Amino acid sequence: MKAIDNQGELWEVFIQSKPGQSFKHAGSVHGFDKDNAIENARDTYTRRNEGTGLWVVQSKEIIAVALNESDYFFEPATDKIYRHPTFYNLPEGVTHM
Amino acid sequence: MTTKLESAQTAELLADFEKKINAEIKIEPSDWMPDAYRQHLIRQISQHAHSEVIGMQPEANWITRAPSLRSKKILLAKIQDEGGHGLYLYSAAETLGVSREQYIAWLHQGKAKYASVFNYPTLNWADIGAIGWLVDGAAIVNQVSLQRTSYGPYSRAMVRICKEESFHQRQGYEIMWRMMQGTNDQQRMAQDAIDRWWWPALMMFGPHDSDSPRTSHAMLWKIKRESNDVLREKFINKTVPQSELIGLKVPDPNLKKISDETYTHGDINWEEFRQVINGNGPCNQERLEHHIRAHREGAWVREAALQSDFRNQ
Ligand SMILES: [Fe+2]
Ligand SMILES: [Fe+2]
Repeated sequence: MKAIDNQGELWEVFIQSKPGQSFKHAGSVHGFDKDNAIENARDTYTRRNEGTGLWVVQSKEIIAVALNESDYFFEPATDKIYRHPTFYNLPEGVTHM
Repeated sequence: MTTKLESAQTAELLADFEKKINAEIKIEPSDWMPDAYRQHLIRQISQHAHSEVIGMQPEANWITRAPSLRSKKILLAKIQDEGGHGLYLYSAAETLGVSREQYIAWLHQGKAKYASVFNYPTLNWADIGAIGWLVDGAAIVNQVSLQRTSYGPYSRAMVRICKEESFHQRQGYEIMWRMMQGTNDQQRMAQDAIDRWWWPALMMFGPHDSDSPRTSHAMLWKIKRESNDVLREKFINKTVPQSELIGLKVPDPNLKKISDETYTHGDINWEEFRQVINGNGPCNQERLEHHIRAHREGAWVREAALQSDFRNQ
């Protein structure tokens, strides 16, 4: 047996639990190609009808914000409270708004 | 000069890490973590993954001899789940920077351990009942608690696993219940199975808190949320009434009911635990050899798959 025994690439698995809903990250699997990865994802993460949709994406293709940069990265959103409906004053008695 | 600066930085990182732990914020793979935290997780998660996979062997022993098509299908589905649990956990363990090949190599070299309970043989069909009910039952108590572990990938794997475990214990208990409604011989087999599996199931929770050097650190950093003894007592309190309900006797002459739902138990044979965990149980060699053989015999599949790498990209 070789010391390094190749087990395939790492893929991230996303499941859509019902049609129309967003895909949610479920975990990861090893797979040698697209077909193999999506079949492994099915067998590993959807043995109980967890999904109506399934995505796999190679882990190395995912771009993520580094966690130590996340405060700085999302900072532009923090001072724009006027984007939230609760920011506004409304006259007493107004409905359907 | 540099070392002084470095240690100041480390102290700051450590304070930040501990602040997160105290605030119940999960630690994620790219976060800074103390080396001891990482090493503890590498050991604990991989040991957990190996246990799921090695645990398939004693049950697989009875697939071809399951007493009905119904029970055979249930057992197959249950064992397939355990393989899946192993995969979830290897994925979580890999986020710590160690490859799956490496984890498996450590298992094969005897450097990594797995739950000692799987080194006992399954002698008859009642053992399949006893494993589902007692061994999965004990694992569930531990895993429910670990859903709140501080390491994100481990916690998420535990949530998924706990969802799947709920049928494992029931199918085992159902087997025991049906045997207790059967012939005298079947009842005797069921009692014999609990007699042999009760103590190994209690040992699954590990040494007493007073003898468990790693527990305090693991509790401080919230890798573990409840101590070995607390979890063991939870299991006993849940399981004793279940056994009484179907007419099985827990093989502990010193078991005492101390209040409505709490029991004290007799002494655990820790010498046996040490023997089995250190390789001298009835099936240690067989379990490891089987895993090595299956891994070796599957090598050509991985090689062939690699040749067709990304054929459809
Ligand atoms: Fe499991
Ligand atoms: Fe299980």
